Amino acid sequence: MTAPLDVSGGDLKATPESVAEGAGAKAIQGRSLGQIAWMRLKRDKVALTGAGVIIFLIIVAVFAPLIVGWFGHPPNQFNQDMIDTMTMTPKGGTGISWDYLFGVEPLNGRDLFSRVVYGARISLLIAFFATLLSVVIGTTMGIIAGYFGGWVDTIISRLMDVFLAFPVLVFAMALVGVLGQFETQLKVQGDTLRILLLIFVIGFFNWGYIGRIIRGQTLSLREREFVDASRSLGARGPYILFREILPNLIAPILIYATLLIPTNVLFEAALSFLGVGIQPPTATWGGMLAAATKYYTVPHFMFFPGMAIFITVLAFNLFGDGLRDALDPRAGR
Amino acid sequence: MKKKALVVSAAGAVLALALSACGGGGTETPAAEGGGTSAPAAAGAAGFNAGLENVTNPSDKKGGTLKMAVTEDWDSVDPGDTYYGMSWNLLRIYGRPLVTYNPAPGAKGRELVPDLAESLGQMSDEGKTWTYKLRAGLKFEDGSPITSKDVKYAVLRQLDKKTFVNGPTYFNDWLDLPKDFESVYTTPDVNTDSAIETPDDSTIVFHLNKPYAGFDNFAALPATVPVPQAKDTGIKYRDHVIASGPYKFETVEAGKTYTLVRNEQWDQATDPVRKALPDKYEISLGVEGNDLDNRIIAGDLHVDIAGSGVQPAALGTIQTTPELKERADNPVAARTWYISILGDVPPLDNIECRKAVILASDRVGLQNAYGGQLAGDIATSLMPPSIGGWKKLDLFPTASGDEAKAKEALTACGQPNGFETTMTFRADRPKEVAAAESMQQALAKVGIKLTLKGFPTSEYFTAYAGKPAYTKANGIGLATNGWGADWNDGFGFLSQIIDSRTIREAGNYNLSIKDPAVDALVDQAFAEQDTAARDAIWGQADQKVMEGAYVLPAVYAKGLLIRGKGVTNQFITGAFDMYDYLALGVQ
Repeated sequence: MTAPLDVSGGDLKATPESVAEGAGAKAIQGRSLGQIAWMRLKRDKVALTGAGVIIFLIIVAVFAPLIVGWFGHPPNQFNQDMIDTMTMTPKGGTGISWDYLFGVEPLNGRDLFSRVVYGARISLLIAFFATLLSVVIGTTMGIIAGYFGGWVDTIISRLMDVFLAFPVLVFAMALVGVLGQFETQLKVQGDTLRILLLIFVIGFFNWGYIGRIIRGQTLSLREREFVDASRSLGARGPYILFREILPNLIAPILIYATLLIPTNVLFEAALSFLGVGIQPPTATWGGMLAAATKYYTVPHFMFFPGMAIFITVLAFNLFGDGLRDALDPRAGR
Repeated sequence: MKKKALVVSAAGAVLALALSACGGGGTETPAAEGGGTSAPAAAGAAGFNAGLENVTNPSDKKGGTLKMAVTEDWDSVDPGDTYYGMSWNLLRIYGRPLVTYNPAPGAKGRELVPDLAESLGQMSDEGKTWTYKLRAGLKFEDGSPITSKDVKYAVLRQLDKKTFVNGPTYFNDWLDLPKDFESVYTTPDVNTDSAIETPDDSTIVFHLNKPYAGFDNFAALPATVPVPQAKDTGIKYRDHVIASGPYKFETVEAGKTYTLVRNEQWDQATDPVRKALPDKYEISLGVEGNDLDNRIIAGDLHVDIAGSGVQPAALGTIQTTPELKERADNPVAARTWYISILGDVPPLDNIECRKAVILASDRVGLQNAYGGQLAGDIATSLMPPSIGGWKKLDLFPTASGDEAKAKEALTACGQPNGFETTMTFRADRPKEVAAAESMQQALAKVGIKLTLKGFPTSEYFTAYAGKPAYTKANGIGLATNGWGADWNDGFGFLSQIIDSRTIREAGNYNLSIKDPAVDALVDQAFAEQDTAARDAIWGQADQKVMEGAYVLPAVYAKGLLIRGKGVTNQFITGAFDMYDYLALGVQ
């Protein structure tokens, strides 16, 4: 991150901390905030582990077809020879073998490993884009409310209150159901439609949180000297908003985006669990969990998608915490 | 004419025969311990499927509390407003129709026996007039006498389908009602003697608009359970149904619990059908499915009212545990799960393409989707085997799909490389989800690409699959479907689902069968007076449907039910294909 303007950047760079960081044999060097944050992050092993897991998950999601090609079977393929036709549960209890790393589903014998891997695609895709949507709406609304104040602030703040007070899950269920009917009008079908819908529903109703944080930050930033300075030099609203204030908001935005992603992973899982998410046979973690509740006597069916959600959420949370510690100089360590 | 099955299946319950370890104290049977596979008791049968043809754990001991439960609420306890098989079975403990089903195991349970009436109906006017005489000494729970006018009122009130949205419309369709009669609530003064006459307090005469030789089947409907006009509160009557049977409601908490206690005004002398053994019934609603199964297995509950089978988890447990398998029954229900093949949208308007769908489908895979061998036998036609006139058809192979033949059919249809279509299913029914997935897998092998679309059960027929405007606009080619008999003959099973003239704007159950030849057979069957000849015609209609490839039958439904611990006289009645709820007692 570069400081917004030289005039304002100067005072930030010369923090005593950066001097302390650079203490040593070398000559004292100026470091940007970004460099400092990166150094701190590098020292945080827990956050780095989280980041590693996240990168791993993204690789898994992106290369799902390749991975499944090597280690599994097509995710929607029935393997009914793996199923005991009397109890409809996998032969031998789970069906776990070198051929089926996570075993097979009851009833139709689909490869659980492949389904968990493909499930990562849907979960991460929806979580990322829903978060992006929340962040874009939240930041725009928050920055406008905070900077302009007055009646603009009042209206936007009340709007945020409304969204924060909304029974999102119930409303999302209704909305997905209603919008799902308009496939012909919307000109999109099947999974694409459902994914877009979920991104919209999850993203659109979660911007209130981030909006509030951004508004608060903007309120304090707009009174800072560097803003006054640039205003006195003749800068106008848009310039100040996007060149002066926004860059200083990158830290909170990044932090809350990272922490919002796991929330959205869970939200998507909840919707899929309730049956308003992606349509079968496409694999999603929440959908698998929902199916698994019928088969509590076959615990591996619930274990693997459950663990996938757990690990994803944990990794994002750990990384988000670490990122916050690194980016926020005032946070106690 | 649909008898809805609860989606969430559950188990029935009954006795743990001779060696039940739960007896506790008193009279212990010195039965051999260990494994539970020891010699069954002499009185009554025991073991797997013992309840299909025998009364298990027979006893005349009175007293005790029978605990029943169900995973969800059913439509209503008002006899005029209910369309669930389990409800029709259960309501006979507090309501008495004119005639009812003999409480006996197996096929004997399908026989009709007089209940309120002294005998079965007297037919005259070539089947257009039916007369019943009521027994003497009948009383409601408040002590007032039950007269033929109460029966007439009960039948007339439930014709009002705006107030009572559930339940069949047989009386609406067949009674010779005056034109200006709308409802007992809006047109109370209209003379309805042309439909139902009550010449005296113990005689009731029904007049039909066309002959029907099987009218006793109508008289066995819950609609004939008497309702005193003075106590009728319309839709609120369900909060306090006035009992005519041996039990009356003590507490009614809709969606939670019902308790029923003895109705002191009921006289055993007037009722040769019921034994009325327990002192009390406790009915819990909304019990989670797996919890319900486990509590019946443990003996904490006696009967799962739904009677459609245990949850998948218990299915495995019961089969792998000999003691539990001994307590289980696996009856075939008069219900078929099938897939409608909608010929409205090309290329499925071509019979060869419809045949290709049937030929390519994996019939074993479908059976597995519906729960495997214990949940259903692979179906060869729409009509299930327990219906008179059924014959085994052999029009299509029933193995795992015949790709070669399917390809031939596709070529004959002019779509050698397959085609694309959409399949709907009820998203909240895991079995239908699995069936749709199975179809998608199987059809893909011959190039038929299925897009799957799930909808909630509550709107499935009213807004989606059962609404021709929707299915045509969205190119729906296949739709999961299922049907259970209202009573076990061709009329009770087929008439609503194969007759193209029943198709309305929305809310259809017949999604795909529009064949004049089938309609003609339906008319023939209605007119035929002889039972055997009539059954044969229904059998022909069933065959015609399959020849037209309008449906892909999946399975004749079965359920794995488990008998409760310490329950006496538990057996499967052929009338409802679940445990009979009239004879049950508690040890």
